[in-house]
Amino acid sequence: MSLLQLSDVNVAYGRIQALRGISLTVQEGQIVSLIGANGAGKTTTMKTISGLLGLQSGSMTFDGEDLTKVRADLRVRKGICQVPEGRGIFPGMTVLENLDMGGFVRSDRRSKEFADDQERAFTYFPRLAERRHQVGGTLSGGEQQMLAIGRALMARPRLLLLDEPSMGLAPQFIQQIFRVIEDINREGVTVLLVEQNATQALGLAHQAYVLETGEVTRSGPGSELLADPTIQDAYLGVS
Amino acid sequence: MFLDRFWANTINGLSYGSIYALVALGYTLVYGVLQLINFAHSEIFVIGVFGVYFTFLALGFQPGQTPNVPLAGIIANLVLAGAVGMILAGVAAVILERVAYRPLRKRNAPRLAFLITAIGASFVIQQVFRITRGSNPEGTIRLLPPEPLFRIFGAPVTNLQVIIILAALALFVVADTFVNRTRLGRGVRAVAQDPATATLMGVNRERVIMITFLLGGLLAGAAALFYLMTIPQGAVFNGGFLLGIKAFAAAVLGGIGNLRGALLGGLILGIAENYGQSLFGGDWRDVVAFVLLVGVLMFRPTGILGESLGKARV
Repeated sequence: MSLLQLSDVNVAYGRIQALRGISLTVQEGQIVSLIGANGAGKTTTMKTISGLLGLQSGSMTFDGEDLTKVRADLRVRKGICQVPEGRGIFPGMTVLENLDMGGFVRSDRRSKEFADDQERAFTYFPRLAERRHQVGGTLSGGEQQMLAIGRALMARPRLLLLDEPSMGLAPQFIQQIFRVIEDINREGVTVLLVEQNATQALGLAHQAYVLETGEVTRSGPGSELLADPTIQDAYLGVS
Repeated sequence: MFLDRFWANTINGLSYGSIYALVALGYTLVYGVLQLINFAHSEIFVIGVFGVYFTFLALGFQPGQTPNVPLAGIIANLVLAGAVGMILAGVAAVILERVAYRPLRKRNAPRLAFLITAIGASFVIQQVFRITRGSNPEGTIRLLPPEPLFRIFGAPVTNLQVIIILAALALFVVADTFVNRTRLGRGVRAVAQDPATATLMGVNRERVIMITFLLGGLLAGAAALFYLMTIPQGAVFNGGFLLGIKAFAAAVLGGIGNLRGALLGGLILGIAENYGQSLFGGDWRDVVAFVLLVGVLMFRPTGILGESLGKARV
C-alpha cells in the first residue's frame, strides 16, 4: 500500500518555479530513489515532504492522511524523518546529545527502549560509539553523516528521507552508508533517497524517479532505470 | 584609597553585576535563538520595576515611610513583589514577541527590520510610562534598609548584597539547568544551533521562541526587584536605558548567546565599574565599563567565553 503519495505538486521560491506538477508514490517497505542533476528539485521535494517548504498546489498524503496542512514539527510525530542535505548535526552538542535530539518527540526517553535505540545507532556505526562524548562540530564529514542517520532513526520513523547521504564522503564511508540504508529498510523502515550518486541509488531502489528541472521525466523499478542506456548516458557516466 | 576600598568595591560590584547578569541573560537567550538584539528588553525590565513598585504600594507600603513589619514579613513581601515583577515582565516579553516580532518573522522580514522594530518597541513602552507616570521618579519605597551582616577582609557585606548575589546565582542555576538539562531546554539549544534541523527533529520553533522570551522576561523581572532594593528611587520611565545598555554590553563581553558568558560578563562589568569609580571618580564609572568592553572585544571579538548557544557549548 502507498505510504506517501504526491500528486501534481507545485512548489515555488518566490517567482522561481522549483517543482512543476510532481507526482510520486512511495510504497510501504520500499526504497525509492530520486535522481537528477543539481537544481532538478530533489532537495525541494524532500523539504516539501518534511514540511520545511509549503506547496503552492497539488496534494500530498501520508498513510492516507492529508499532509499539506500539518506543521513540519508535527510530521515528525507522524513518522516522517528527514536527514537533511549537509547533515544538520548540532555542532555544539555531543554525539549522545544529538541522538537524544533525534528522539525529541518520544515520551519514553528514560526507558530501556530509548537506550537500546541509541545502542542500535552505535551498532550500525561503531565509529560513533568511540566518539559518543565528542561534540558534533568536531566530527568528520562521514561521521556526521552516520550521526545524522542514527539521529533520524531515534524518532523511530516510518518514512526516512535521506538527502544526498553520500555527498562529499570518502568511498569507504559511501559503501557503509548504503549498506546501512539497506539494513534499515530490511528492518521495516520505508526510505526515500535523494542522490547524485545514481549508480548506488538505483542499485538499491525498488522504485526510482528521475527529476529534471522540477519535473518527473522517468520512473520505474531501480534496476530497469539502471539498465536504460539514456539514463546511463545522462547520469551514470557510462558511454 | 583604591586599595582601601578594594574589597568593598568588589562586593558592591558583584551585587550590581548580578543585576546586570540577570538582564544580560535575556539579551543573550533571545540573541541565541533569533540572532536578534532585543533592544526592548530594557523596557521589559522597566515593566518589571513598575510591577514591583506597584506591588509595594498595593501591599500598603508608602513612599518615605520606614515599614514597621517584622523581617519575615518583609521577606515575604519582597518575594511576592518579585513574583509579580517576574510574571509581568515575562508576560510582557511574550506579548512583545507576539505583537512586534512574530509578524515580521511570518513575512521573512530582513534582520534590520527586526532591529528597528525592537528600538521602536523600546520607545513605545518608555513613552507609555512617561505619559502615564510622568518624567519624575516614583517616591522612594525601601522595605529593607541595608545593614552590614559581616565583614570580608574588613569590608562590610550588607544583607541586601547577600540576598541579591545569592538569589541571582540561584536563578542563573535554574536557567542554566533548564537550558542544558530539560527536554524543552534542549529544544532551545537545537533551535539556536540550527533552526531548520531542529524543526526536523520535531521541535516547535515558535514555542521555543516564546519560551525564550518568557524566560528572559522572568529573569528581568527578578533583576527589577533587586534593582529597586538597591536603588529604591529607581522606578522611572527611562530607568532601563543605561542599565539595559550595560546588561547588553555584559552579554557581549561574556560572549553573546552564551548563558555562562552573560553571568560572567555581568559580574565583571559590575566589578570593573566599581573599581573605575574608585580609581577615577564617579563620573568615570560608565566610561570604565565601556572602555573595558571595547578593550576585551579588541582581543576577543566573540567575547570572553565565545558566542552563541550553539558554537560554544553553553
